[in-house]
Amino acid sequence: METSLLQNLAMNDNGFIFDPISGYSYTSNETGLIILKLLASGLDKAEIRAQIMDEYEVSADNFDSDFEHYLLMLDALNLVEY
Amino acid sequence: MKKTYIAPNIERNSAGNMNKYGAKSVVRYQDRIESIPITDLVKEYGSPLIVLSEAQMRKRYRRLLDTMKMHYPQVEMAWSYKTNYLAAVCNVFHQEGARAEVVSRMEYEMARTRGIKGRDIIFNGPGKSPDALRIAIEEEALIHIDHLDELYLIEKLARELDTKAQVAIRVNMDTGISPQWTRFGFNYENGEAYRSIQRLLSGKMMNLRGLHTHIGTFILDANAYYWAAKALLELASRIEKDNGIVLEYIDMGGGFASQNTLHNQYTPGEFASPSFDQYALAIGNAFNESHFVTEHLPKLVLETGRALVDEAGYMISTVLGKKNMPSGERAVILDAGVNTAITAWWYKLKVSPTRSFPGAYQNTIFYGPLCMNIDVIRPALPFPDLQFGDKVLITPVGAYNNTQWMQFIEYRPQIVMITETGQTELIREAESLQDITARERIPEHLRKL
Repeated sequence: METSLLQNLAMNDNGFIFDPISGYSYTSNETGLIILKLLASGLDKAEIRAQIMDEYEVSADNFDSDFEHYLLMLDALNLVEY
Repeated sequence: MKKTYIAPNIERNSAGNMNKYGAKSVVRYQDRIESIPITDLVKEYGSPLIVLSEAQMRKRYRRLLDTMKMHYPQVEMAWSYKTNYLAAVCNVFHQEGARAEVVSRMEYEMARTRGIKGRDIIFNGPGKSPDALRIAIEEEALIHIDHLDELYLIEKLARELDTKAQVAIRVNMDTGISPQWTRFGFNYENGEAYRSIQRLLSGKMMNLRGLHTHIGTFILDANAYYWAAKALLELASRIEKDNGIVLEYIDMGGGFASQNTLHNQYTPGEFASPSFDQYALAIGNAFNESHFVTEHLPKLVLETGRALVDEAGYMISTVLGKKNMPSGERAVILDAGVNTAITAWWYKLKVSPTRSFPGAYQNTIFYGPLCMNIDVIRPALPFPDLQFGDKVLITPVGAYNNTQWMQFIEYRPQIVMITETGQTELIREAESLQDITARERIPEHLRKL
């Protein structure tokens, strides 16, 4: 998975995200923003899952399904190459 | 303690998505129905659950009647059984003073069982059986004749019974709307309606009491009723002039739209559907311009169903699961589908959360529990991230669901009514296997497995 584009994003703590290269802006929810930041810092799926499960009430199965779906969203927005 | 998890979501921001009604940035939640918490209703009666509001029904009935009377004083209502023939619902409208408007033997028998006299029943519909017609003639119900074969049959039955049938003629006409409903009754423009009346009178076995029309359903142009009323009143004048018969009533049928929104309709129903005032003005104008009305003050009969009961109906449903669709949308599987809310096929039913949710929304499709691709309660709608067990409220579902719902795959759920005093009353129990199989017979050779 190619996540280098995420390094360029300006991420606000309220979920406002700006891409200075394309000029697009995005709005993300709390968990979406955390995952984006973790992906940008180079963590892999298992590490991200561990961090999210540490902080939120969610099962590994549930998270995995949502994480896959989220990556597809990011791929569709050309923010990662999945 | 760990935080509540919400599935991750991201949306690209875009300008220009506003429409003239403004952008809705918040999905409003509704956690009560007439001050009763939805969680309490589900706890007591289960899910899915249909909830009907008696106060809403009475309020809308009285408002329609009052509004009509401001434009024309001689108004009578007939409750359209096919819209919702639950006994409790019919009795609300009968207590308000409505007659019964039925379209089949089954509905006729329902009305009679509820104590409505034959002469207070309007018998519409294109397929009245000879048995049903015989009873209706004997009990002096007002039979609205749909076609010539029915006319001949009524004449024959009346002769056999040695009595006169009490009838009206159903008339269809061009009211400027499309599609023009020509399947019910006799056409006005080509003279068929007038000819059928001449034929009816020549048989001398029927008392022609009125004229009826049913111009369509969910009529979004109130003016269509002006042209319909004008045509019927002109026909009534001609009948008086040519035959010396003064008709007692003009029945404008049903068809007033509720606040629902059709799937192919851009403007939301709450803005697009005409108000009672607009319908009343259109009909009232035609009546007040007519010489026949000035001289005879005929009764104006309305068979309004949907516009009186749709908004009084709510459906509570529970989230059984959710899915991420390959299209990027989220899907939610509910415990109630088109088997209980069949009007989802033609309306964009409103789906509301029943608690507050933080954060952003994602397009969510609402599926029912049926193993059928067509079981969609609502195509993609921006919605918060629902969890297993969450409840949603689906509205308005008061019209045509409790009559057209399907006994298919699932048992049909309980129906409760919230009374005017805020009590809940169970008005229809959930079905059981016995209800579904009681009338089946298994041939001997198929009994042993």
